[in-house]
Amino acid sequence: MKVLVAVKRVVDYNVKVRVKADNSGVDLANVKMSMNPFCEIAVEEAVRLKEKGVATEIVVVSIGPTTAQEQLRTALALGADRAILVESAEELTSLAVAKLLKAVVDKEQPTLVILGKQAIDSDNNQTGQMLAALTGYGQGTFASKVEVSGDKVAVTREIDGGAQTVSLKLPAIVTTDLRLNEPRYASLPNIMKAKKKPLEVLTPDALGVSTASTNKTLKVEAPAARSAGIKVKSVAELVEKLKNEAKVI
Amino acid sequence: MTILVIAEHDNKVLAPATLNTVAAAAKIGGDIHVLVAGQGAGAVAEAAAKIAGVSKVLVADNAAYAHQLPENVAPLVAELGAGYSHILAAATSNGKNILPRVAAQLDVDQISEIISVESADTFKRPIYAGNAIATVQSNASVKVITVRATGFDPVAAEGGSAAVEAVAAVHDAGTSSFVGEELAKSDRPELTAAKIVVSGGRGMQNGDNFKHLYALADKLGAAVGASRAAVDAGFVPNDMQVGQTGKIVAPQLYIAVGISGAIQHLAGMKDSKVIVAINKDEEAPIFQVADYGLVADLFEAVPEFEKLV
Repeated sequence: MKVLVAVKRVVDYNVKVRVKADNSGVDLANVKMSMNPFCEIAVEEAVRLKEKGVATEIVVVSIGPTTAQEQLRTALALGADRAILVESAEELTSLAVAKLLKAVVDKEQPTLVILGKQAIDSDNNQTGQMLAALTGYGQGTFASKVEVSGDKVAVTREIDGGAQTVSLKLPAIVTTDLRLNEPRYASLPNIMKAKKKPLEVLTPDALGVSTASTNKTLKVEAPAARSAGIKVKSVAELVEKLKNEAKVI
Repeated sequence: MTILVIAEHDNKVLAPATLNTVAAAAKIGGDIHVLVAGQGAGAVAEAAAKIAGVSKVLVADNAAYAHQLPENVAPLVAELGAGYSHILAAATSNGKNILPRVAAQLDVDQISEIISVESADTFKRPIYAGNAIATVQSNASVKVITVRATGFDPVAAEGGSAAVEAVAAVHDAGTSSFVGEELAKSDRPELTAAKIVVSGGRGMQNGDNFKHLYALADKLGAAVGASRAAVDAGFVPNDMQVGQTGKIVAPQLYIAVGISGAIQHLAGMKDSKVIVAINKDEEAPIFQVADYGLVADLFEAVPEFEKLV
């Protein structure tokens, strides 16, 4: 069974981002970039499926700038077999990314596609669901457990107030949530080996996909700051303030 | 302009988040219709018809819609929604699951988790875990939008008298089926609906120590949450997580215990009316957003707090 994993290059989750002075976006100059944390979980899940003998080949794909090759090499070092970069210098919307992934799915014919549930930059939480719509496949979003058996996959999903399990016909789309697994680190020998693994570069034009968008970002601002309050000296003072000043208990 | 709002429900009760979503629709302006897709959801349709400002309720009642499977519900919403100016759903796990599938079927970009309506085609939404706010304009023929409940005060649940209309369309893709559900049983209020939330972080040291927070929460009638650090450490389940990657809450009172205040946590609670922080590290960033800060050992402060309320 072939597994396709999609990964995104994003600002490292430890970086405190700053809005540009002209409100055109977030300042990404000289900022550390990494693989989106939910995508790391997606790669790890695919590698575990291969270690269990369920998956036979892992193809990792990214839609992004030339530099996204770094994140693809990381995925190769973690256990993916080969990589595809659909190169696009401009920032694409989730729908455009889903259309490009659909073209890659048509080409590669994977049995399972695993994506992160959301990227920590745009916070859209859309691409997996959109890819499922475009392919007509079933979707198991926000997965905390994935079990393939025969021509079906059972996905346990994190939902408001608990967990839900659905059974999907393969091929299917899965998006990862935090508790699905704990991603491993790449070992140095595997990082070296990853440099020799195949990495194919494609373009949206070559795939025949239009990346036009119906959304336009007019401006990006810093959020309103919340001013710090006061320090209380004791629990008794805290309770007194909450009762008599804030009147919330 | 006519706006279609997707009702959030469990076939028995209309979820309060629907009222916040209708509030966002009212800000956009125009007629508001509500779609109830489910099975045996008559009581939900009746409740939806009473929401202030709603002029029509569409009911699609079929076994295929019983568990809100997106493979079946999304084609229904796309078919009905194509004639509307906007399709809105609450940014709940259902809304987030279904609506992007609808948007892709309609070949339009979605706008996720809006926190304000600037005009009929322009909205504000947080990006980068709430560290930036983007103003986004859509020129789509149908604008597909999820609504963050904490950004909009709910409309009145009573006062309307909308017409209820049955929808015959049945979509059963046959690609997915519901296996089971495990909902946390709790007498405490739901996190996103609670007036008071008590949350614990890595400072709790282990899952067992959350009993101190449960005791305090029960005295206050509060829900109990946790930071991502506490969830990642395995202290408590993920559905208790407050933050950008978990639940977004905005209660009257938020009590952060042993939480340092990582950006991703602040994004999930900074719109709370009053914030209390209890932490032994006086440099913890949580104190920068707290209305009342107490530098203390939580294992002494929390039991004392419980005794005094």
